[in-house]
Amino acid sequence: MLATLAFWAFSGVAIASAFMVVIARNPVRSVLFLILAFFSAAGLFVLLGAEFLAMLLIVVYVGAVAVLFLFVVMMLDIDFAELKQGFLSYLPLGGAFALVLAALLAMTVATWQASDQAQSLRAAAMPDGMSNIEALGTVIYDQYVYFFQAAGLVLLVAMIGAIVLTLRHKDGVKRQSVTAQVGRDRKEAIEMLDIKPGQGIGE
Amino acid sequence: MEIGLGHYLAVAAVLFTIGVFGIFVNRKNVIILLMSVELILLSVNVNLVAFSAFLGDLAGQVFALFVLTVAAAEAAVGLAILVVYFRNRGDISVEGVNLMKG
Repeated sequence: MLATLAFWAFSGVAIASAFMVVIARNPVRSVLFLILAFFSAAGLFVLLGAEFLAMLLIVVYVGAVAVLFLFVVMMLDIDFAELKQGFLSYLPLGGAFALVLAALLAMTVATWQASDQAQSLRAAAMPDGMSNIEALGTVIYDQYVYFFQAAGLVLLVAMIGAIVLTLRHKDGVKRQSVTAQVGRDRKEAIEMLDIKPGQGIGE
Repeated sequence: MEIGLGHYLAVAAVLFTIGVFGIFVNRKNVIILLMSVELILLSVNVNLVAFSAFLGDLAGQVFALFVLTVAAAEAAVGLAILVVYFRNRGDISVEGVNLMKG
């Protein structure tokens, strides 16, 4: 009973906040509603028994991605009012497309049936007597270890890509060049002047 | 009323539809576009985890993990591109993006 209630609460909040993400006037509010949507989805994951993924969703999405969004939204100096222009003109097309898509998905979900062999076709059956994270660990580090490594590579490439994209070489900044310092020789460092007595080296 | 697989699939379908709707109506604001993509990926994750739980197959959760990884990478690179684009253009409207034209 409580689980049923929790499902309706979490899914209702998730859907409402997702809708607010899309229609909010201010992008900062959009980001905050996105965080709420992720929290509710994490609640749904807990109800489904996927505790590890739920915590991961909170740590990765709320802790990293949403804060990244928040940084960018607040860092860029954007005229929010101007960005919302055209919202109403796109509304009919977008609404029609969304309705068609919703109808298609509803038909799919309504007519869908599990295969008879679904139980025997499982790729990694859930082991008994293990917590979710333990079971997930035995599968990830065993059956899917190469995919796991590939996921790490994806993150590495994304990190390097983000750094390369936003790195800026400013002109006029004085930097130390070790090769120039070491490669200096006597000729360019020292100048011999013939100074007449009593005159100095003034111009 | 017992909550079954169909309920979770319905929630995921609604989230997906809202994400696509967001892409359509926020043509000028790349930040909201990226957030809509995140919503779509979230709905995919809900689907994967729901199937995983009701079928007793852990592979779905593993794949949800990978989707999460790709979504995080996509957000990082997308926002980096957005920052560079803003630096060059002074706004983030995507309607006039033809900088890449030869």
